[in-house]
Amino acid sequence: MLFADIQKHAVAEWDKLRHGSIPGILVGAGTCGRAAGAEAVLAAVRKELKQRNIDAIVIEVGCIGLCYAEPLMDIIKPGRPRICYKKVTPEIAAQLIEDYLVKDNPRPDLALGTIGRNVVDGIPKLFELPMLKSQVRIVLHNCGFIDPTNIDYYIANGGYRGLVRTLDMKPEDVIEEIKRSGLRGRGGAGFPTGQKWEFCRKSPGREKYIICNADEGDPGAFMNRSLLEGDPHSVLEGMIIGAYAIGAQEGYIYCRAEYPLALERLRIALKQAEEYKLLGDNVLDSGFSFHVKIKEGAGAFVCGEETALMASIEGKRGMPRSRPPFPAQSGLWGKPTNINNVETWASAAVIMQKGADWYASYGTEHSKGTKTFSLAGKVVRTGLIEVPFGATMRQIICEIGGGILEGKRFKAVQTGGPSGGCLPADFVDVPIDYDSLTSAGSIMGSGGMIVMDEDTCVVDIARFFLSFTQLESCGKCIPCRWGTKQMLDILEDITNGKGRSGDIELLQELAQSVKDGSLCGLGQTAPNPVLTSIRYFREEYEAHIEEKRCPALVCNALVSYYIDPEKCQGCMICLRSCPAGAIKGGKRMVHVIDQGKCTKCGTCLNVCPPRFGAIVKTSGEQPAVPTEPTPIGNRGKTRGGQQ
Amino acid sequence: MANSSGVRDSHPLLEGETTRQESLNEILSSYQGHKEELIPILQHVQRVFGYLPEPAMKRIAKFLKLPESTVFGVGTFYAQFKLVPTGRTIIRVCRGTACHVRGAPSVLAEAEKQLGIRAGQSTPDLAYSLEAIACFGACALAPVMLIGDKFYGRVSPAEVKELLASGQG
Repeated sequence: MLFADIQKHAVAEWDKLRHGSIPGILVGAGTCGRAAGAEAVLAAVRKELKQRNIDAIVIEVGCIGLCYAEPLMDIIKPGRPRICYKKVTPEIAAQLIEDYLVKDNPRPDLALGTIGRNVVDGIPKLFELPMLKSQVRIVLHNCGFIDPTNIDYYIANGGYRGLVRTLDMKPEDVIEEIKRSGLRGRGGAGFPTGQKWEFCRKSPGREKYIICNADEGDPGAFMNRSLLEGDPHSVLEGMIIGAYAIGAQEGYIYCRAEYPLALERLRIALKQAEEYKLLGDNVLDSGFSFHVKIKEGAGAFVCGEETALMASIEGKRGMPRSRPPFPAQSGLWGKPTNINNVETWASAAVIMQKGADWYASYGTEHSKGTKTFSLAGKVVRTGLIEVPFGATMRQIICEIGGGILEGKRFKAVQTGGPSGGCLPADFVDVPIDYDSLTSAGSIMGSGGMIVMDEDTCVVDIARFFLSFTQLESCGKCIPCRWGTKQMLDILEDITNGKGRSGDIELLQELAQSVKDGSLCGLGQTAPNPVLTSIRYFREEYEAHIEEKRCPALVCNALVSYYIDPEKCQGCMICLRSCPAGAIKGGKRMVHVIDQGKCTKCGTCLNVCPPRFGAIVKTSGEQPAVPTEPTPIGNRGKTRGGQQ
Repeated sequence: MANSSGVRDSHPLLEGETTRQESLNEILSSYQGHKEELIPILQHVQRVFGYLPEPAMKRIAKFLKLPESTVFGVGTFYAQFKLVPTGRTIIRVCRGTACHVRGAPSVLAEAEKQLGIRAGQSTPDLAYSLEAIACFGACALAPVMLIGDKFYGRVSPAEVKELLASGQG
């Protein structure tokens, strides 16, 4: 079949959904949508349609990135623009079918926005919403819009056109185009992609491999999962283009086992691409052949490192080795190999579809194009976003993310996961690109962005990341294996109130040894969260060490709970709820907490009725409160007496 | 191997129970015997048996012509592989960064309290195992918990008891 025929068929299929005679219902059912209850919504939709005998196309789409409003459901009613509904429950889904499909009331109260040129009274345009307005969706343009298990939808939206264009070019020219686009590796290090491809192409040998690194292990990062779940063909197209340019016959997708849905969607995508002869022997009758295998990871963070990843594909323990030789000279099975991240491959596909100059028109001088970020933590609108390089944290956190939850104060943002750093609020106006983040002591990383407010303790966060890297260290290099353990021990002491003077300097010294003495990125970057948090929040470390005080009231060993004698109403709720039996009191008595028995579980704080608000959580200074219960009636007198 | 002897000795593979034997043979028959198949085979065995029984690992070593130490080394390197039987229902609490800052430690503590076991342990009747997982990538819905294959987002410690009860089925 000619590609033109495939395309014609695909567009016809897509038009059936978009401009067909029957309604279409699309439910965002990525992992995040499912966690919010999308499967129950889907079941309710199918049941309601069946009961009412309504003919409709029901499909599962990936995540559009508005995770805070999930589950999301879009309805396309013939002759009307597509409407996206937020926080849909099974009951709301059934109601919408009745109100909108049957009675023609689009229910603006339940809608998030409309998609398309036409408008509906009372519903804003989806892409005019603050979360989407300043985004530039290049890599994510299909996510949440197309059925990821339907290759026709991908093709109808411009998919595989980049491959067709590539097959008409000389491999060297393809590499030249990728170079001209300025694309840099989206896995974190930011190495120029075209140059990397060229190294591998020029490396001697007939047998070559390419690998897609989908071992997204950074806690707090989910860009690759979302892209694989929402638009797997874009990654596959990028890989086929790369294989042609490099001269590889075989490729692997190494995807972590924690992403079962991404793996399932990839398997379907592979099969469909083979059926359309876009993959396999003699791709589109060009004489070029390329095969892809999927390898499921087995749970080791270090396998995100390229040499460890290749060892894992070969069936070995995933331990990194020293470079050189670089994978471009000697990689998988000792053959020249090129590894890129999921987002890099998908970007390559778009670049070949729309051209290098168009792509390079976005971004900054040295960081071209766009970058996806997973926005999570203490921010109002969490989700997956895509912005051009050069956007500022303020744009991302305040405009797109809607600011900090519950109106609290923005304290810091962690980029680059356990390899990155904790940047304070002062960096909020710095344009984000590879170089600005590196000079601030953090890294771009793969794009995890965790927002922290005044209730987050940066020392606790540094301890959290160290406990992760210490656990995930493969153990090959002693500075990493033992250095991270020593650093973790010190951080645990500090957060447990056992910190000593000189601990900060010791941490800095150890950090340097771990950085210098480790073979791979894991060890070389593991100390970053500690170093940046010391650099920008040294006073918090000092409060923990010198004053045994946790300013954010997070570190359990350093906080205590008290009952404000002026506010306690003697209702006995906390007394009955305390699992440690640490609260003394009685009806109409001012309660007191026995500090010796208190386990600091915080139950009393949660159960004390908000209108009383009598439980005080504090760190450092000990407030003067009675040690024995006193009758509430005496309260006024006592105060009077004191005056 | 670190199994308690009670568990190991009672394993059907050692008792020569034919159905289980066949199922291991069946698993191996779908592979060619290349060394790079080690991890997929171990994953397959764990899917069927719930963990990696010692006799199975020995058989795999023979099948792939690898030293037993290599198979054991790979089996202990990756977090996914279990060397002791796990509970029929696995409860996983995410301890990723976003979940951490939005309260995962209290969710995990509540799950430990409800099940009476610590993360990494199984209940004595092997009904449940509790695991703390690095990150599921559902960070926007933090904190996240899994009961079996089912994801639950925006979990509060107060909900844990109810979720555990509903996820039993």
